[in-house]
Amino acid sequence: MSVEVLSTPHGQTDAAPFAPYVWPAIVLLVAYAAVPLVANSYFLEALLLPFLALSLAGVGLNLLAGYAGQVSLGSAAFLAIGAFAAFNLNLRVPGLPTLVNILISGVIAALVGIVFGLPSLRLKGFYLAVSTLATQFFTQWALTNFGWFSNYNSSGVIDAPKLSAFGFEFVTPVARYYFTLSVVVLLTLFAWRVATSQTGRNFIAVRDNEVAARVIGIPVLRTKMIAFGLSSFLIGAAGVLWAFAYLRTVEPAGFNLDRSFQILFIVIIGGLATIRGAFLGAALIVTAPVILSRIGSFFLGDLFDSGVLEMSQRVLLGVLIIAFLILEPDGLAALTARMWKGIRTRLGVAASN
Amino acid sequence: MTNWKTLLGATAAALTLTFALAAPAVRADEQYFPLQSYRVGPYAAGGTGFFGGFIDYLNLINTRDGGVNGVKLTWDECETQYEVERGVECYERQKSHPNAAAWNPLSVGIAYAMIDRITGDKTPLITINHGRTDSTDGRVFPYVFPLLLNPYSETSGIVNYIASKEGGVDKLKGKKIVVLYHGSPYGRETIPIYDLLAEKYGFTVQQIEVPHPGNEQQSQWLTIRRAKPDFVVLRGWGVMNPVALKTAAKVGFPASKIVGNVWSNSEEDVIPAGDAAIGYTAITTQASGNKYPVVQEIIKTLYDQGKGNLEDKGRIGSVYHNLGIVNGILNVEAIRVAQEKFGHRTLTGDEVRWGFEHLKLDEAQVEKLGAKDLFHSINVTWDNHEGDGYVTFQQWDGKKWNVVSDWIAPDWKLLRPIIEKSSEAYAKDKGIKIRTAADAENLSN
Repeated sequence: MSVEVLSTPHGQTDAAPFAPYVWPAIVLLVAYAAVPLVANSYFLEALLLPFLALSLAGVGLNLLAGYAGQVSLGSAAFLAIGAFAAFNLNLRVPGLPTLVNILISGVIAALVGIVFGLPSLRLKGFYLAVSTLATQFFTQWALTNFGWFSNYNSSGVIDAPKLSAFGFEFVTPVARYYFTLSVVVLLTLFAWRVATSQTGRNFIAVRDNEVAARVIGIPVLRTKMIAFGLSSFLIGAAGVLWAFAYLRTVEPAGFNLDRSFQILFIVIIGGLATIRGAFLGAALIVTAPVILSRIGSFFLGDLFDSGVLEMSQRVLLGVLIIAFLILEPDGLAALTARMWKGIRTRLGVAASN
Repeated sequence: MTNWKTLLGATAAALTLTFALAAPAVRADEQYFPLQSYRVGPYAAGGTGFFGGFIDYLNLINTRDGGVNGVKLTWDECETQYEVERGVECYERQKSHPNAAAWNPLSVGIAYAMIDRITGDKTPLITINHGRTDSTDGRVFPYVFPLLLNPYSETSGIVNYIASKEGGVDKLKGKKIVVLYHGSPYGRETIPIYDLLAEKYGFTVQQIEVPHPGNEQQSQWLTIRRAKPDFVVLRGWGVMNPVALKTAAKVGFPASKIVGNVWSNSEEDVIPAGDAAIGYTAITTQASGNKYPVVQEIIKTLYDQGKGNLEDKGRIGSVYHNLGIVNGILNVEAIRVAQEKFGHRTLTGDEVRWGFEHLKLDEAQVEKLGAKDLFHSINVTWDNHEGDGYVTFQQWDGKKWNVVSDWIAPDWKLLRPIIEKSSEAYAKDKGIKIRTAADAENLSN
């Protein structure tokens, strides 16, 4: 992967019209106040919950792949580790609050991530990507073959417990949405702080030129391990949300290589090395297939059977993704930045150039 | 810029249409079946056959009888590819359509994810011939129905069949059975019951997993050859089955010593294996073939008019297609039972649940439905959601399945305490109050 693809998109830093916190504030206001008012349970359960969980996973992978330049194909494994760790903690540690559970599960995923990140000290690029596949296969194999992880449940499927925090039980779709949203907001804020801190700059230095980074005194080994740890922590927490808030059931097969690719696509399509890119990418990857399938079954459902529709949707989605990447190789984050700039130029807020 | 605007406008219009205006066309006198089907992916053969048969039967009732006592049956399909996340999305999507009768996802993983949800909605969930075994206990799972054959009954039926081949259950002692199972919730469901039956009858059992989807089994079959078992039970699904039979032939294990389970018993499982499948035996709850009156009517009323659901007419009367038809019969008859009690109108999910809990079809009634010898009988009660289905065994001769046994009853008495132990543990774990017969008569929506 070339440096051009990896570098931060331009055009988002210059001449911001408001203070930088205004946009996130608007988004948060809409997410907390407006969305639950207008969204029905289908929107919340089938679109927003998986969107939020995968966005957080995307943010996690973006720290590793976008900022620190270490390609990983094992993201689904860390989702699974988070989910199964949370299930076991809940089962074996009575009275553990859900929020603490999420943190500990994230830490467990982080520890595993650091171990499987060790090859990154020697391997780079495609070779590293292939070695992270080991995480993927090993985790799925371990979760399937050792009954302890699923509490010897005969079919290997576990029932997720109810979410609870501060004496509340989050059962209804709106409640689970608020719970998920809050966790995602807090952890994204944390990721953003890391990305803008010295650690984040170390990530970028290691990504852009490892030798140069070493020369100017950046501890490359530690930086890589921190990147793997933080990334796995966030993805692990996303796994807990995926399993407990969204699906409310877990089986190892749900965390296969396809899921890893899905998260990688979220990051690439959204925009590498941007926080909001993960959200934009997740929005496209999660909602586009659903929208296409709804459009398809609404307009053509009587003419074709669902198999034909499914196949044509796949083709269309593939074409869409290619079109997006040609229009804007830096991802949706750069695309939206450019569109916003165009709007402002038209309104006369910013000088045209 | 203009292009962008047009594109944006079109997208917005399309989105509004699909989400806001796509309110489904609801009829006043309908009973709706949300079908979470799968017609692509590794299990498409099962999906197209089963859902094809199910839709054909619903269509037959509409075309021939004008619905169930005048209430039209409606349905739509949502593609799941047998994946849990897609199944959940489909559930959320189809839930918005009112008048739902029952869910039939044909996937253990999706069914597991739906148990809490459909229990909240009070709509039945049908897992014919598969599903979560302890959901047989209607005291704990009021809305889940593993109709005809739950995985434990299937296991008991297979072991009894092997015993009859060996000359009685006492001859099982010292024998060795290998279970080759699909690496999915469905495949793993029977691990404990094989261990338990092995202990009870004194045979040894070795259970080997084939990772999903199962198109590579060399190492598993080499292990089997080393183990030299008396029988291999094939608990497969989809592409895993023909690969198993072909690999068995390659390592020299005779097909006659392989017994397939209820999801390894279709034409789609044996035809791709070619000669390697000749002599292979499998359990089934419904016979294959198109000689049964109900299948003939489907051919006459639908396929001859070009309204049949299967693209390949050669698959009419295949195992999966017939299973879909049987599933259609059971769903429709449950509605009929409930209509006799609550009136000839659209029923609520809870009323359909009551119908399933009083679904009793003896052999005479099955014959009246045109399904004599297609399946045996069913007797579902409020606490037995399986309904005591009978099984039979069929052998593949290279062209068609031939029935090689009578209708056999699984050992329900032996299994019931094991099921209750598991369901009671589940109830305790989830804080579910165990239902009584009086609760079952209580309708709440």
